[in-house]
Amino acid sequence: MIYWTLFITFLQIGAVSFGGGYGMISIIREKVLLYGWLTEEELLNMIAVSESTPGPIAVNMATFVGSTQGGPWGALCATLGVVLPSFIVILLIAALIRNLLKYRGVIAFLNGVRPGIVGLILATALTMGLQCLFQFQTVKDPLLPDVRGLIILGLLILISVLWKKLRKQKLSPILLILISAGLGLLLYAI
Amino acid sequence: MKHPYLTLFATMLKIGLFTFGGGYAMIALLENEFIHRKQWIEKEEFLNMVAIAESTPGPIAINAATYIGYKTAGVLGALLSTVAVCIPSFLIIYAISLFFDAFLSLTYVAYAFRGVQVCVIYLIGSAGIRMLRGIEKNLFHWILLSTVGILMTLFSIFAVNFSTIFFILICGALGICGYLIELLRQGRGASK
Repeated sequence: MIYWTLFITFLQIGAVSFGGGYGMISIIREKVLLYGWLTEEELLNMIAVSESTPGPIAVNMATFVGSTQGGPWGALCATLGVVLPSFIVILLIAALIRNLLKYRGVIAFLNGVRPGIVGLILATALTMGLQCLFQFQTVKDPLLPDVRGLIILGLLILISVLWKKLRKQKLSPILLILISAGLGLLLYAI
Repeated sequence: MKHPYLTLFATMLKIGLFTFGGGYAMIALLENEFIHRKQWIEKEEFLNMVAIAESTPGPIAINAATYIGYKTAGVLGALLSTVAVCIPSFLIIYAISLFFDAFLSLTYVAYAFRGVQVCVIYLIGSAGIRMLRGIEKNLFHWILLSTVGILMTLFSIFAVNFSTIFFILICGALGICGYLIELLRQGRGASK
């Protein structure tokens, strides 16, 4: 039953995704690839769409995957699943506990989770990068560098570094996505 | 506050519609709406809320909406704000999902998205590096971070099936173990 699978899967994602935004990408990636709901490329496209539309990435991903796998009801089940753990946990905390972070146990737990999440994100960026830029997924695959992709990556790094130096602020992700779309159009069309 | 439910719903709907770029962008909007304009929540309570939203699982925006909804109008308020903050993304993404495949099948759009895919990898990588700078640097953190990072990469390359969820839970458990060991040491120190 696809509705139930969607609901339970996104419930799990909602329940363990600490660190917001990109913190949950590694878990979402694992699940959507496992069930074959999205390919690696589709996942990257969806992250870009989530980043350029309003709302939390997790909710956007849940709605999209739910909709493509199970229509409007699938979208509803997946979104409900990803929101429900937050809702219940926060309701309990708001109703019962005045200050969550005064508990040493909670701090100790987060003290372990936080560096773990950073490790997960960096590993996700690395494995997705190998897959997208070198078509390297498992050890059996040869490294096939995508020269155009690497040029785009280099240019994006250069642009963000220069922007930070000259404008003294971070380049917004949406602008960076637009620039990369232009570069993609330019480089892959020739 | 003549109609708290209605106002809460409308405000959260507005916030859900205008928060691009995730949780932290929304915190600033919430602060403006609920502390400065409506004065429904004290500054200190708000900061406490942000700390809770960051340290509990789930999207920060949802956590914040539920918390503020509950504090201003009880359980029903929490429900209304959570639903309201999700409605804009739900409708927009649902609409996009209907024609996204057709859109991507256009050759030039596909070229553009090849570039965008590279950009997303850059964004994830830089988010990781930003968070790396944010965490407190000590041996315990470095060991956890590098072990998880290396294991996850190796598992992925060698196609070992090991859920990310376990990594997170094991890290949390190790955090608690570390704390207990610290307590034990302190206890020994005190008894001597």
